[in-house]
Amino acid sequence: MAEFRMPSLGADMEAGTLVEWMVKPSDKVKRGDIVAVVETQKGAIEIEIFETGVIEKILVDIGTKVPVGTPLATLRTKVEAEAGVKEPAAPEAPAIMPPPIPKPAEAPPIAAALPEVSPLPGRLRASPAARQLAQAHGLDLTTITGSGAGGAIVLKDVEARLASMPSPPPKKPVIGLDLGAMRAAIAAAMARSKREIPHYYLQHQVDVTGCEAWLAERNAARPPQSRLLLGALAAKAVASALRRFPAFNGFWQNGKFEAAPAVHLGMAIAIRGGGLAAPAIHDADRLSCDELMAAMRDLVQRMRFGRIRSSEIADATITVSSLGERGVEALFGIIYPPQVAIVGFGKVVTRPWVVEGIIQPRSILTVTLSGDHRVSDGHAGALFLVEIDRLLQEPEKL
Amino acid sequence: MNALDIRTVLREELGNIAPEIDFNSVDPKADLREALDIDSMDVLTFITAIHTRIGLVIPEVDYPKLMTLDGAVTYLSAKLQPR
Amino acid sequence: MQQDQARPAPQETTYREAVRAAIRDAMQRDERVFLMGEDVGRYGGCYAVSKGLLAEFGPKRIRDTPLSESGFTGAGIGAAMAGMRPIVEVMTVNFSLLALDQILNNAASIRSMSGNQFGVPLVIRMATGAGRQLAAQHSHSLEGWYAHIPGIKVLAPATLEDARGMLWTALEDPDPVLIFENIMLYNMSGPLAADAGPVDIDKAAIRRAGRDISLITYGGSLFKTLEAATQLAAEGVEAEVVDLRSLRPLDDETIVASVRKTRRAVVIDEGWRSGSLAAEICMRLVEQAFFDLDAPLARVCSEEVPIPYPSHLEQAAIPQATKIVAAAKRVLGREG
Repeated sequence: MAEFRMPSLGADMEAGTLVEWMVKPSDKVKRGDIVAVVETQKGAIEIEIFETGVIEKILVDIGTKVPVGTPLATLRTKVEAEAGVKEPAAPEAPAIMPPPIPKPAEAPPIAAALPEVSPLPGRLRASPAARQLAQAHGLDLTTITGSGAGGAIVLKDVEARLASMPSPPPKKPVIGLDLGAMRAAIAAAMARSKREIPHYYLQHQVDVTGCEAWLAERNAARPPQSRLLLGALAAKAVASALRRFPAFNGFWQNGKFEAAPAVHLGMAIAIRGGGLAAPAIHDADRLSCDELMAAMRDLVQRMRFGRIRSSEIADATITVSSLGERGVEALFGIIYPPQVAIVGFGKVVTRPWVVEGIIQPRSILTVTLSGDHRVSDGHAGALFLVEIDRLLQEPEKL
Repeated sequence: MNALDIRTVLREELGNIAPEIDFNSVDPKADLREALDIDSMDVLTFITAIHTRIGLVIPEVDYPKLMTLDGAVTYLSAKLQPR
Repeated sequence: MQQDQARPAPQETTYREAVRAAIRDAMQRDERVFLMGEDVGRYGGCYAVSKGLLAEFGPKRIRDTPLSESGFTGAGIGAAMAGMRPIVEVMTVNFSLLALDQILNNAASIRSMSGNQFGVPLVIRMATGAGRQLAAQHSHSLEGWYAHIPGIKVLAPATLEDARGMLWTALEDPDPVLIFENIMLYNMSGPLAADAGPVDIDKAAIRRAGRDISLITYGGSLFKTLEAATQLAAEGVEAEVVDLRSLRPLDDETIVASVRKTRRAVVIDEGWRSGSLAAEICMRLVEQAFFDLDAPLARVCSEEVPIPYPSHLEQAAIPQATKIVAAAKRVLGREG
């Protein structure tokens, strides 16, 4: 059914009055025929119809004023008219329908979506933020289902996975050693030491201000791999001093003391998780400070993973022990049998000290000696400690 | 390198030194030497690892600035700013 | 913000009146300032912006020009080079195409080409946008094109404060500044402080704070975007609305900070999408905030057609609040 509407006969025409109909229902009309007269501000105007067909019904009576666009009459177009006569076959020519009445734009059509790009096979879709978070937590994205567009993994998917994961249990230290057995061995050795070795104890304070200054200056120019710790200097001082004091370097075996031909310095190292070992650095007196430091680093590194060689455990001719800067001022160790001495280093503290008659703050390190009185006595022990002090006053010569 | 990557590197390297520590429970403002029970040798190992891993040489005078997780992130972020 | 007793209460003002007040204020501050353009004097301006100014300031300072954009824009450039501070009014951006050579090859280039011997301290005001059924040739939004040109600044005041305040700051700039006034905003009415004055012209503004998605827009689209944000809030989505204010230079810092926070963005731009200002903004977000994004960037622009004449098709062709809401929901992965 087509409609014939009140036309706009001027840019400012809003309504028109129908004053005459030239057609009536069932009249045939063709495009361009005058069908009515409309009164407007500009006068009476004949209006044409643009459809071809048969007038069906007149909708507006003469004398009525209606707005532009109001349907005035309905008509059956040619195709419809024929369809009323016979069953319509599929029309060969498209039916001449009047243009569809446009709906008011209440909901304007959403722009056509961008062409859907499907993911390449084997490629995971994840937003940059999601990828970053997953990587930071070592999560495998292939195990996460995405809730974003196109199945993409978005941030909240990764966050949901993290929230649902139990926090990883603290890792136990990877130790090749049996800490229980080690503890038992330490217990046996320490008990035997205290039973059999008559210990004497000496303590001496060493001004290491010069040492620290020398270290700072030297280390400032070096990358971390080549820096020295004070502990390396201390170890070297002990090893060098032992050449002049062989009574502290060797073993008490078979009822007598056997001085060792070489200085294999045992370094007491605490193991994380509770353990203690004192593997040896062989020929420590013949190593430079840098070599000694490197050897110490290597030992500590291997200790973490329990990889100590048996020769290192057995061969130490003396032990050096330090609790480090988080320890205490002085440490009195227990001799590891069959050794005959253990040298202890406390933490460096700043103390008022008299230097050339003036009180100054100096860095003071307390060094101790626990000696086997069957082999040595206090006099030798004192000279040994004073020698260590002397060596530490000239770190550049160590 | 952003703060997230720096934290990851820190956790990994400190984890190599103190493998049993759960870093989620470490207070980012706590002194690491206390929190992780590490000594000067461990600190030097850590500083060396940072050098190996991200190529940054940290001078001895700056060690105290890295002794908390937050301090380390701040220090490393500043040093790694692109010019 | 507290209003102390001495400050006058805000007055109900239209955008048109705010622009007029800005012109009057500039003319009073500096005698070098004058207004020139088609129908600005006797007719009072095509959009009635300069109504009454001829009577107040006289024909030497409110100058009706012949119907020749290239000619009078060139004259304005010359006046600026010679030391005046002209406000050239090009009736709409559609007609500015006839002055494009003057704007690009003269105004934008003279300082550089003269080795800094001459500057062009010129302000060009233009109406822009669609919505009044002025059909294909008179409904363009070409501020994005102008934002492509080095040597000039491009502004899009959307609020009353900006309509009132950007002009003087623009006149103080030693280089050309283009100010785009969307035609649908002239009748917009609201409270404006009676002592409202100059504002900055290089910063974007957060008109609505949010955390779920950034809606970045300017000019006539601002209020549609705010309406979309209100609709989204009813569905539990808190959108942050960023008003660019300055299209060249773009305030990268504010835009990027917003998207780094919300991780999602839709840019609403009345220009056509291809090669649009929206495309530029999205690229800057990719350059500066890629790893913070949790969803692809999206934009709502005018349909890629000459703007139609019939009202329903014209409205269908330009950004609308419903389209903005739909785009935001797609970005958030919500249907419907």
